[in-house]
Amino acid sequence: MASAVSAPSAVAALPVQVTGLAKRFGSLTALEGVSLRLESGQCLGLLGPNGAGKSTLIRAIVGRVLPDSGQVRIFGAEASTAAARQALGWIPQELAIYPRLTCRENLVSFGKYQGLSGARLSEQVAWCLQWAALEERAGDPAGKLSGGMKRRLNMAAGIIHKPRLVLMDEPTVGVDPQSRNRIFEMIEALRAGGMSILYTTHYMEEAERLCDRIAIIDHGRIIAEGTSEELVRNAFGTRSEVTARFSGNPEEIAAWVKQRGGSMSEGTAQFTFTRPAEIAPLLDEASTRGIGIEDVSLRRPNLESVFLHLTGRELRD
Amino acid sequence: MISAIVRTAITGLRRDRASLALSFVLPIAFFTIFAMVFSGQHDTIPQVKLIVVDQDHTPASRKLVRGLESDGSLAVSTRPESKDPKTPAPDFTASTAEAAVKAGDFPVALIIPAGWGQHPIAFGGGNDEASEIQLLNDQSDTIAPQIVAGLLQKAAMTSMPASMAGEGEKYMKRYIGGLTPEQQKRWDANLAALETRETLRDQEAKSDTSPVKPSSSASSDLGGGFIPVHTRGVVGEHKNKNMISFYAAAIGVMFLLFTASGSAGSLLEEQESGTLDRVLSSRVTMTTLLAGKLTFNTLLAFAQLTVMFLWGWAVFHLEISGHISGFIVMGLCTAFAVAAFGIFLASMCHTRGQLGAVSTLLILVMSSVGGSMFPRFMMPAAMQKAGLFTINAWAIDGFQKVFWRDLPISELWPQVSVLLGIGIVLFVLSRRIARRWEYS
Repeated sequence: MASAVSAPSAVAALPVQVTGLAKRFGSLTALEGVSLRLESGQCLGLLGPNGAGKSTLIRAIVGRVLPDSGQVRIFGAEASTAAARQALGWIPQELAIYPRLTCRENLVSFGKYQGLSGARLSEQVAWCLQWAALEERAGDPAGKLSGGMKRRLNMAAGIIHKPRLVLMDEPTVGVDPQSRNRIFEMIEALRAGGMSILYTTHYMEEAERLCDRIAIIDHGRIIAEGTSEELVRNAFGTRSEVTARFSGNPEEIAAWVKQRGGSMSEGTAQFTFTRPAEIAPLLDEASTRGIGIEDVSLRRPNLESVFLHLTGRELRD
Repeated sequence: MISAIVRTAITGLRRDRASLALSFVLPIAFFTIFAMVFSGQHDTIPQVKLIVVDQDHTPASRKLVRGLESDGSLAVSTRPESKDPKTPAPDFTASTAEAAVKAGDFPVALIIPAGWGQHPIAFGGGNDEASEIQLLNDQSDTIAPQIVAGLLQKAAMTSMPASMAGEGEKYMKRYIGGLTPEQQKRWDANLAALETRETLRDQEAKSDTSPVKPSSSASSDLGGGFIPVHTRGVVGEHKNKNMISFYAAAIGVMFLLFTASGSAGSLLEEQESGTLDRVLSSRVTMTTLLAGKLTFNTLLAFAQLTVMFLWGWAVFHLEISGHISGFIVMGLCTAFAVAAFGIFLASMCHTRGQLGAVSTLLILVMSSVGGSMFPRFMMPAAMQKAGLFTINAWAIDGFQKVFWRDLPISELWPQVSVLLGIGIVLFVLSRRIARRWEYS
């Protein structure tokens, strides 16, 4: 498969290299100077809220969106070329399967669209059914499957041709926690097989669990990139995060929190401290000002905190 | 509360242009088409094309031919159209007239046999059949022979009154024993005056080359008539169920159009579900995808036509055995054109709902103008011409050539060329329009 991308010159090329990508839809700027690289065998998470530009970026990499400027290369080949198409698999956010066809028929159809036939096709269909744990439902129409099963079939259809690179666009949207865990296991199996993965999500836990590196995207721009630890360290250093809920005049509380270098989110104040010993003076000052303390907790900052820190907004806003 | 519900519904309808068009444009379009066909409220009365062969060459037969030619409801031809205007084609003979009717070029031919002028009228069927006017007709057109038969009587009465009176005198003598000398003298004087008036009118007619205005007598009561006419169907005379092939083709094409547009609508479903994106991200290109859909829709339409004609054979005894090759040629060409039409509509529309409304509007109008709802010969000339812009008209004409006229496949070239041309043009246009699905 993909003889064009297997050529010696392309072997060393990165699975994904995006340079200065920009795309506007009318007055809306979807992508603005996005640069990104995915190393071979890695899982790169694209973390951002709804409308941040994740799907547009994925669709540009697949070759379904023509950028206004910039460049996308898949294993050295230009996006949307035959070589790039053969090298990548795409799992779209939508359930892009034929509801009236059975699971097996869906996989056979998409396999044929990818140029598979004969024994290789049968082999790949069997592998995908097993990978997605759909062997027992292979003969059932896709439309009659549960939400989680449909998601798994949707994923299987995207990798039926065993690509070297998979683009996953929020593959766990709308599934229950149990099905989500099953999907995580499927992705981890692919990673173990050495597949390169670009994974978009707005769930911090998914990015932390699955991804080697994470790029945070907001308003069409990559605002930070690195491992989870690097992102937290770069944003907070060695500081810890304190969240507290106070009672009293909300405006007075907000003004005081701001004065102390914290931020308010959904009625909860957040502060960062280098040392836990800094917490006691903060609480003393609150009491002195007549602000009641209802709840206080200390935690290490996470990606959510990083996003809030960088954008001033919650990840799921 | 009710007013709020009504207001919401009105706003919804106003913004759903497809439903709005279906609610108002479609009924008006249909009302107009049916009114034009059936009420005669149109500028041009549909003329019946008629061949007249005068084998009699008597003053009476010539007057009758002139009488027919002067009737605006008839388009009389006595000879085929010549490609070279300087050398007119020879007059129609009985056999070339019959061939022209069989080929579908004319619905009716009148043969005025030698000897007819001796006894142009007959009360009670006194003439022998050999000297009767022969009316050859194509039985697929049930109206034209009726019109011609009626107008023939009218033409005889108005164009040769002296002959009519002379013949009447003969019958009078035969049945009541003649007139008194005084009555005979007055009769002869009046007959002479009638003949003089006829001669003068003939001279005027020869000098007057202005187009003749349509006669208003086309809708008069034509009655049994004085001119004996022997009617003979030359096409469809041996068909056991003569109109079945027409309806199989006419109704078939209309429903094929609906099915094809519905089936092509799967493109819109796939676009809405994201499947189209996924397919286009694989090795499948947009051209391949559309070609695949076109092939499927063509096969589906051909299968539908096959089932319909087999049903006609099984239930209505439609003759299929001798027409299989013609059916396959016409069936595949029709299916191809119809399938491309469906793909074209789907590529034009943005949602399944829009496709449903647009296709219903277009297909019903095409079917009514193209002859799927009533034969095109019933329509005004302008509407008949408009029908040539529809798939229905060409498909129906082709199937009629195969099943009704028993013509060989080589005679199907106009219909085959047009249907294939329509299919190719629509497919190329669809491919261009479908660019919007390729990239954002």
